[in-house]
Amino acid sequence: MPREEPTTADTTAGAGADTTTVGTTAADTRDTTAAGAPDTTAADTAADTGADTPAGAASSPHRANWWRMLGRDRAAAVAAVVLSLVVLVALFGRLVIGDRAQRQDLDSSLRPPSLGDGVYGLFGTDVLGRSVLARLIDAAATTLSVAVPAVLCSLLIGSALGLWAGYHGGRRESLAMRVADVILSFPSLLIAVVVLYVFSPSALNLVLILAVARIPVYLRTARAEAAELRSRLFVDAARTFGTPSRSIIYRHILPIALPTLLTVAALDFCFVMLTESSLSFLGIGIQPPDVSWGLMVAQGRQYLQTAWWITVLPGLAIVFTTVSATVLAAWVRMATDPAQRWRLTLPTKRRGASAAVPPELIP
Amino acid sequence: MPESRTSESRMSGSGGPQGSGPLLEVSGVTKTFGHGRRRLTALDGVDIQLGRGETLGLVGESGCGKSTLARVLLGLERPDAGTVRFDGTDPFALRGKELLAWRRRVQMVFQDPFASLNARMSAADLIGEPWRTHRDVVPDAKAREKRVRELLALVGLRDSDAHRYPNEFSGGQRQRIGIARALALDPDLIVCDEPVSALDLSVQAQVLNVLSELRERLGVAYVFISHDLSVVRYIADRVTVMYLGKVIEHGATEDVFERPQHPYTSALMSAAPVLDASRVSGDREIQLKGEIPSPFDIPSGCRFRTRCPRAEERCATQAPPAAVRDAPGAAPHTALCHFPLAAA
Amino acid sequence: MTTTAAPSPAAADIPDNTPALDVEGLCVDLSTPSGQVRAVDGVSFSVRRGRTLALLGESGCGKSMTALSVVGLLDPAAEVTGGAVRVRGSDTLRMSPAERRKLAGPVLSIVFQDALTALNPVQPVGRQIGEPFRIHRGLSRRQAHEKAIELMTRVGIPEPRQRARSYPHQFSGGMRQRLLIAMAVALDPDVLIADEPTTALDVTVQAQIMRLLRDLQDEREMALVLITHDLAVVAQRADDVVVMYAGTVVENGPVREVFAAPRHPYTRGLLDSVPEHAVRGRPLPAVPGSPPELSAVPAGCVFQDRCPLVRERCVQERPTLRASGDGRSAACHFSEELARA
Repeated sequence: MPREEPTTADTTAGAGADTTTVGTTAADTRDTTAAGAPDTTAADTAADTGADTPAGAASSPHRANWWRMLGRDRAAAVAAVVLSLVVLVALFGRLVIGDRAQRQDLDSSLRPPSLGDGVYGLFGTDVLGRSVLARLIDAAATTLSVAVPAVLCSLLIGSALGLWAGYHGGRRESLAMRVADVILSFPSLLIAVVVLYVFSPSALNLVLILAVARIPVYLRTARAEAAELRSRLFVDAARTFGTPSRSIIYRHILPIALPTLLTVAALDFCFVMLTESSLSFLGIGIQPPDVSWGLMVAQGRQYLQTAWWITVLPGLAIVFTTVSATVLAAWVRMATDPAQRWRLTLPTKRRGASAAVPPELIP
Repeated sequence: MPESRTSESRMSGSGGPQGSGPLLEVSGVTKTFGHGRRRLTALDGVDIQLGRGETLGLVGESGCGKSTLARVLLGLERPDAGTVRFDGTDPFALRGKELLAWRRRVQMVFQDPFASLNARMSAADLIGEPWRTHRDVVPDAKAREKRVRELLALVGLRDSDAHRYPNEFSGGQRQRIGIARALALDPDLIVCDEPVSALDLSVQAQVLNVLSELRERLGVAYVFISHDLSVVRYIADRVTVMYLGKVIEHGATEDVFERPQHPYTSALMSAAPVLDASRVSGDREIQLKGEIPSPFDIPSGCRFRTRCPRAEERCATQAPPAAVRDAPGAAPHTALCHFPLAAA
Repeated sequence: MTTTAAPSPAAADIPDNTPALDVEGLCVDLSTPSGQVRAVDGVSFSVRRGRTLALLGESGCGKSMTALSVVGLLDPAAEVTGGAVRVRGSDTLRMSPAERRKLAGPVLSIVFQDALTALNPVQPVGRQIGEPFRIHRGLSRRQAHEKAIELMTRVGIPEPRQRARSYPHQFSGGMRQRLLIAMAVALDPDVLIADEPTTALDVTVQAQIMRLLRDLQDEREMALVLITHDLAVVAQRADDVVVMYAGTVVENGPVREVFAAPRHPYTRGLLDSVPEHAVRGRPLPAVPGSPPELSAVPAGCVFQDRCPLVRERCVQERPTLRASGDGRSAACHFSEELARA
């Protein structure tokens, strides 16, 4: 069993302390713990906090370790790379491919993916002979430009309303919940169809309708979290200082509810992309020649038996993006919690076993 | 240094008449929860008084209303009836700036040092949190840093602890952070709700020492809530015993502990295990029957009669009068009982 | 409560002196973020039928971990790495899980601190209390139910026949603890382990529960292992005490003698910090600092960081538990010095 030898300097410093300096002794013991621990993050923390840095820089040592923590969690690191790649492609892809996504070539229609047909033949071609790779890249921009603003809007509005309603309770809570119920009671696809049919099916309208339809999801989650956190002791403590409600929500409730809301948002990202594809399929979403991943899936359906790549590849793009977003959201949930953070420094296999250790035993 | 600034801010900060009359005067405070038939009586006509720099011990078992009383004193719950006077003013009548100014004078230390500190804030953020609302207390960032260090030193923690998070501290150290936070606004009164009952014995003594040292140095008054009689006996000047939402006995600590009048107080004391075997004599032990009745359904007459070894018919029909026994040179020692125990 | 300090008469009737439970050199390792740490390090004690042994220590000292390893209910993150736990002459640590399960109930049994989480919330309590009879004695549902009602009567639950059909949340804290005790003593175990049985309860109820435990122990001649952090409970209730600190035993012996003249500075420090002895207005003699993290237990004496007697030798050499011939032992280099002081 590896037992760390404490340095004598640290241990003797604590001995012989009298009652008034008890804190010092205990703190010394803790320093020994961290310095002797095998994982470098703990050692770093000890080194950072051991020095007498001013109080203003209180939280910075922990933030500095985020990149390293991300590096240690392989799944989260991969997810982060995939997501950044998607974002980069969405931002700059069109500059590289030019009009390749629209260029038709009926001679090379429905070619399967192959290595022999150059870069644009890598993922095969669709029925009009357009390069699937080029279309995926082109669609990334459209997809994200609809899904990201829609998710962000509903996340912001829904969370703000939900936290406010949940913290205050009473009439404000009932009001917010009735609003959510009203939105939920219409099938969201149906309102989308009606609204987009009446107004012109533009990307902006699509974003708005998707955002409104998803607000209840965040509202309900945020309300539940806030209602639970409202009765926590540290919220009571803040109230005894006379802290105004909005500061309590911002300082104590939001940081704890946020990871949950982000996880919901990551999952919702997928839902929004699929809804957008259904609307596009109905002809009231993204209008050709623009293309989105969802639209590609929809358009390729009829060739599924002969040319699987037209449907499966954009489908995979949706899956990879959503899974990456979810994994990253789970990581953020852990990384922002000081009590859980250390788990990220463990090898993945052991996390489960250590989680069963009672909290008071965790050094 | 902390002492001087404390007295200064107290002189200028609170305004109003000072020095005369008690610091805290609670009379006839009643608080119920729920409605209709499921009405829970948490407090039933509670009276307490507290002078400046004094410590009042509040003793009772679970459900006796001591935590609700703490929440009322902090303004977290509004009483249904009765008055609370803090330095002559009713905090529940205050609004806006005045309310905020009052909040500075009453602070709380919570029982659970784990739940009462937001795990996502460092010790410095936690201690300085009150200043984010009361911006004028410590004006600039430099002064705040300095004050955080002073407060940490005051409760026996190190400067470098300022950057640590709650999970890096032991229970006793967290409770010190809680105390430092309560001191951040230089209060006149700190309500301590079971501040040491979640702590280990050897650490409990340290925290009790911190609390009594602060009382001497800063002249702060405590309402000290505990179920541990030996702790209350050590720290309190006067003791109030509560049972099912009512104060059933009140007096100077030594009077109440040495010569209890109410059978419940006496039973409570004999039930608490003591270390010193010579202090227990078999015949003195009073075993109470059953458990505390539900606060939804409080017994008629004397509320203790269902468990009282001395109960008679009269106890079921008549609410007991206050039996007063004057103690020489101290506050009167009162108990609500038809048949109070004689001074042995 | 004066009768408890003396050995109960039942103990004298048992002819042979073999202990009902004998733990020797028990070591438990725990997986934590900073690697394997030793949570229990060479703990030994034994207890005879009819006697009460207290395991005294603060949170994290390994007393609960010791109890859980004895009954085989350790968390998967913890692992017994050495020592022996002997009941009825055989070592439970070397038994198969099936053999071990046969002991749980008729031989070894445990009462937990938190009675609400230890009971199944969706089963009527009568069925839960009758369960040991069905598992170990093969009784029918009806017979087990009758037995359960009998037990509920014994532990002082009013109207047991009606209450047997209630669910745990319908009982008060004290009543739930009675139910747990009923379940634990159902099969007349040789050894009953009580892990902080009254910590969550009010003082007046605590006294009732302690009395019930004492009566049951006298009646059934059980050996009782009382795990607690409360010195006063130990003083009033136990015959012998084992004081634990940072996973090790620092002192043991008969309670009266240990408390009257402790031979380890930690025991002395604990006794001194009880407010009962304190004079109002004077600081309590507190033990400075807090117990070491399990991952940073010093190489020498485990108590060196907080000890008023600490010397060079304490840093270099860990004191072993030395017996002093009068049934007591202490793990301190300078225990004679402390005894004289």
